[in-house]
Amino acid sequence: MTGILKIAYKLLVNDRGKFAALLVGITFAVFLIVQLTSVFSGILTKASATIINVGARIWVMDPAVNNPLNSIQVPDYLLDQVRSIKGVKYAVPLYSGVALVKLNNGTYQPSTILGLDDASLVGRPELIEGNIDDIFADNGFVVVKDSEYPKLASPKIGTTFEINDHRAVIVGIAKVPSSTLFGIPTLYTTFTRAIQYIPSTRFTIAYILVEPKSEQDIAYIKEEVAKAGYLALTDQEFQRRISDYYKYQTGIGTNILIMTLTSFLVGLSICGQTFYTFVLENLAKFGALKAIGAKSYELIAMILFQTLFTGLTGYGLGVGLSSLLIAFAKQRVPNYAADITYFNLGLAFVLVLIISGVSSFIAVRKVIRVEPFDIFRG
Amino acid sequence: MPDAAVQAIDLVKWFGEEDIRTFAVRDVSFEAYYGEMLYITGPSGSGKTTLLSMISGILRPNSGTVIVEGKDIWKMDSNQLADFRLHTVGFVFQDYHLFPKLTTLENVALPLILKRQDWDESMEAAMQYLEVVGLQDRASLTPLKLSGGEQQRVAVARAIVSSPDLLIFDEPTASLDGATGRNIISFIRANILNEKRCIIIVSHDARIFEFADRNIKMEDGRVVEIVNGGAE
Repeated sequence: MTGILKIAYKLLVNDRGKFAALLVGITFAVFLIVQLTSVFSGILTKASATIINVGARIWVMDPAVNNPLNSIQVPDYLLDQVRSIKGVKYAVPLYSGVALVKLNNGTYQPSTILGLDDASLVGRPELIEGNIDDIFADNGFVVVKDSEYPKLASPKIGTTFEINDHRAVIVGIAKVPSSTLFGIPTLYTTFTRAIQYIPSTRFTIAYILVEPKSEQDIAYIKEEVAKAGYLALTDQEFQRRISDYYKYQTGIGTNILIMTLTSFLVGLSICGQTFYTFVLENLAKFGALKAIGAKSYELIAMILFQTLFTGLTGYGLGVGLSSLLIAFAKQRVPNYAADITYFNLGLAFVLVLIISGVSSFIAVRKVIRVEPFDIFRG
Repeated sequence: MPDAAVQAIDLVKWFGEEDIRTFAVRDVSFEAYYGEMLYITGPSGSGKTTLLSMISGILRPNSGTVIVEGKDIWKMDSNQLADFRLHTVGFVFQDYHLFPKLTTLENVALPLILKRQDWDESMEAAMQYLEVVGLQDRASLTPLKLSGGEQQRVAVARAIVSSPDLLIFDEPTASLDGATGRNIISFIRANILNEKRCIIIVSHDARIFEFADRNIKMEDGRVVEIVNGGAE
């Protein structure tokens, strides 16, 4: 069979014009599919940045919350109530809000302020400069050095600025696993300072961060929180909720889906049509092969091999091109949201297989139906 | 009398159904022998190509029998028929049907590759047959770079590369000028035909009839005459 496949390979690649058209079609489709789905993955990861960066196991919140930025403050008594649930190892408050930071040059920069529990600093980021204890010093803030960091004029330790007419001092520079979606810098401070500096509503706790004693306690904790009229989610559940929100309630997911399907259809139509033309041009030759003694399954194997070879080569080129572009874009645009995940690659692979399969099917039908007698008749 | 390579017995073939049924071949019987170059001639629409297709295992007759090397080929299933064509029959088509994107050598080697022979061995054997037809120096060229006569010889090399006992030529000189056509047939007669091989040629080119051992003349799907040809 290898000899027959070698012939199929030569028939394909020696027809340079058609082979190039097929490759361009598949590569372009894969490039767009990977690009679009990677951007969407990047958006979803960045949308969940707070959950990833804080790293709490269970988040207690108002049931209407579906996006960490739009938190709804919960009453202070809920913290005590949660702490009293059997199976809770500890529970701490988290402040989350947006404030306008006045820089030394007089400009204002909106920033996310996260207020950590004063006693434990649960959810604190990893410092790359400074000492975490300094967060308790007067006006102490820790700045996250991510893609948004330059928007605060790349502050150093000791840099001061104003938040709501309060003096703030950078006492530490931190790094986090993921930067946020909305392109604003992040500052950490204590919970107490956060509610002092930023005008607050009646209730001040955005989330209650809970650590269960064991994984088995999670279900019971969720049940008890629900009885109080609130929602407790594990970190994965919260990320999924955010992801679902962006997928189904913002239109982003639908648009990405439509564009991905369009890319798929473009790839399918280019490849299907080009491969069909390729087979049509060689139809008499395939008929001659049949007359000589080639069996139908051998011709099918040739066509499947040709479409698979084209599909896989185009897939490799498309993924490579997409990766290069994303790597290049991330270097040039630091907050560029695109993550190539195994799911994206798998999805593109499946779609390429479908493109190859449909193209083969059209071609195979044609080749199977060709009668060697037609070759004699001319 | 030499052994019969092909026996066609009462072959009938029609196309269409019921009222619009058209008979292409009616009750045709003949024998073709080893060492013989047999011509099937007649005007267009006389059933030559249909007859050729039935005796080479390509087109199933509506009735009648074709026995090649003692076997009734129309009792075979489709895979057996494909094997029969691959191992027993060599085809030279009117339009040659060479793959334009393969080299001449690869085109000639195709039947061997279909027989699952090793690639290098197939190419080696194909080169030997290109030498037989005098085109060894054209091995690496694609068919499009060859003249019509050269393409015809490549098609002949492809037909004989797997040493078939039965060679089928469909209008082999239709696309060639008179001199080239005569040269090709003369070459086939001298170099390809032997006592273990039977060659059947469908043609209406009267210029090459002198090379035939016998000539079956057809009209309206019937054999009207079998005459001895001009070959010595």
